[in-house]
Amino acid sequence: MKYFHLIWAALFRSKTRTILTLLSVIAAFLLFGMLDAVRTSFDQAGQSANGARRLQTGSKLSFIQTLPQSLDAQIARVPGVKSVAYANWFGGAYQDPHNQVFSFAVSDNYLDQYPEIEVSAEARKAFAETRTGILVGETLAKRFHWKIGDKIPLQSTIFPQRDGSKSWNFDIVGFMHAKDKSAGWYDQLVLMHWKYFDEGTPYNRGTVGWYVTSVSDVNQADRVARAIDALSANSDHETRTQTEQAATANWMKQMADIGLIVGSIMGAVFFTLLLLTGNTMMQAVRERTSELAVLKTIGFSSRAVMALVLAESVLLLVLGGAIGLALASVLIPIVSAGSGGMLNLPSVGAGSWALGLTLMVAIGLLVGAPPAWRAMRLNIVDALAGR
Amino acid sequence: MGTLVEIRDVSKVYERGKQKVEVLHHINLDIAQGDFLALMGPSGSGKTTLLNLIGGLDSPSGGSIGVAGQRIDRMGGGDLAKWRASNVGFVFQFYNLMPMLSAQKNVELPLLLTKLNAAQRKRNAAIALKLVGLEDRAAHKPNELSGGQQQRVAIARAIVSDPTLLVCDEPTGDLDRQSAEEILTLLQRLNREHGKTIVMVTHDPKAAEYASHTLHLDKGTLVEQAALA
Repeated sequence: MKYFHLIWAALFRSKTRTILTLLSVIAAFLLFGMLDAVRTSFDQAGQSANGARRLQTGSKLSFIQTLPQSLDAQIARVPGVKSVAYANWFGGAYQDPHNQVFSFAVSDNYLDQYPEIEVSAEARKAFAETRTGILVGETLAKRFHWKIGDKIPLQSTIFPQRDGSKSWNFDIVGFMHAKDKSAGWYDQLVLMHWKYFDEGTPYNRGTVGWYVTSVSDVNQADRVARAIDALSANSDHETRTQTEQAATANWMKQMADIGLIVGSIMGAVFFTLLLLTGNTMMQAVRERTSELAVLKTIGFSSRAVMALVLAESVLLLVLGGAIGLALASVLIPIVSAGSGGMLNLPSVGAGSWALGLTLMVAIGLLVGAPPAWRAMRLNIVDALAGR
Repeated sequence: MGTLVEIRDVSKVYERGKQKVEVLHHINLDIAQGDFLALMGPSGSGKTTLLNLIGGLDSPSGGSIGVAGQRIDRMGGGDLAKWRASNVGFVFQFYNLMPMLSAQKNVELPLLLTKLNAAQRKRNAAIALKLVGLEDRAAHKPNELSGGQQQRVAIARAIVSDPTLLVCDEPTGDLDRQSAEEILTLLQRLNREHGKTIVMVTHDPKAAEYASHTLHLDKGTLVEQAALA
């Protein structure tokens, strides 16, 4: 610590250059914090104890292929199955095609599979008794200022009604609330009756998008999954059953490999940062050749001088990186709130801070190594003579 | 007075590309404890090279150098750095202060290598600044000081860890006459009142008058040794 003032003073010897470099580091780690939150958000989807206990069965070919509703009874009879429900993608929009509303048409017992979703008894009763009733996630309801009792039209982007109209009318009968973060997705969802949907559209009659099965023993999940898939083996609707966690991860990957995208962007950003800060450090040390020689003259060892330069480089990265990540911590809730519930990014957690700090120190050491080596090898006599 | 510096048959050869340049030829020299020695000679005569060898900044190509009984020509880089930290103070022509540090912090620099705590470092630096007459300039940065004041800060830095030996390379070379005289008087006081052994390289015969002895170097050889009054 007694050398800190020396390192700090050396770092801010050229204030303008250091501040500009710091801004680059701040921007890079702000981006890192935001993108890591996006990656974490996708990773967390379906990651819960309940997600491991539930199996999801979809078409083996593609998630847009439907399955016969008659499978419901067969799956229910598979040993180890506790209960089974089904759902179909509706794909709605409210008022404007840009106001996409995630909406599922579900079987009557669908909510029984999801204890992490809180729905009041009155709302469940009203939902069961109302053919056009829908349950709406709280965040979504706030976004559109919906109240219980409101009649709302949703435009299906895929399924028209029998008369050709794409507009479907619904009655809001209750709200859904996610009890924990893993089910946060349900705060933005609309659930409607599968029967109303199935009878209303001329397409895919008697079919469902996927089944959700709860197993009695989580350790038997693999065996149950194989048994469910065996039901449709060699048919025209072969299935693939996996845990909800795995299914969600696969679905996300079919949408986009977020990990790869985030990794690629951050790789490019950090590579640029490496060149930029590396150049700054080389220049800073080159300008201070005679000062480093004086330090050696008065008794600082070559290793001590090397350590001072490395510490300066690490300090630059840690200072800028910490500010960048702190800014990301502040901005993420603002961005999430500003998205009206469309984005639900987690705050910068301990894992992101640990990874961020590791990156800061690693980049600091990497960019500091060449000038530190040069400082260590500095010949006092040559440096003082300006050679 | 005993001998502080013993130089025996010292040569220095520099390699510049494929060329070998012998800068010092078989120098023999004793410097007594408490001496104030001026080294004079034309440019390229080897004065600064000899000073660098005495101060342990460079190693001889041949011969031996002993300071206070220690063979510094046999020391490696790390040991030599430690030896310099506790035995030698350096004063340069262009002061070589850290521009981003205050006078106080510049003077404290050598003390960072000791076990003194922050309060002790600050107190010792204040004493050294008072000795050179700059106690009221402690918070000033080098660019807020005149050339003479900067050189006095450099001298305070050189003496703060109480070394036996001060090596000064053209300490007045960048100063006006009045400032130069103040610096030379200060060095003389450090020699006479505080017993510092001083070796000073200078081109200026007037500066050499402040020393108790003057040695002349020419083409890497000692040509004359004159005792001055």
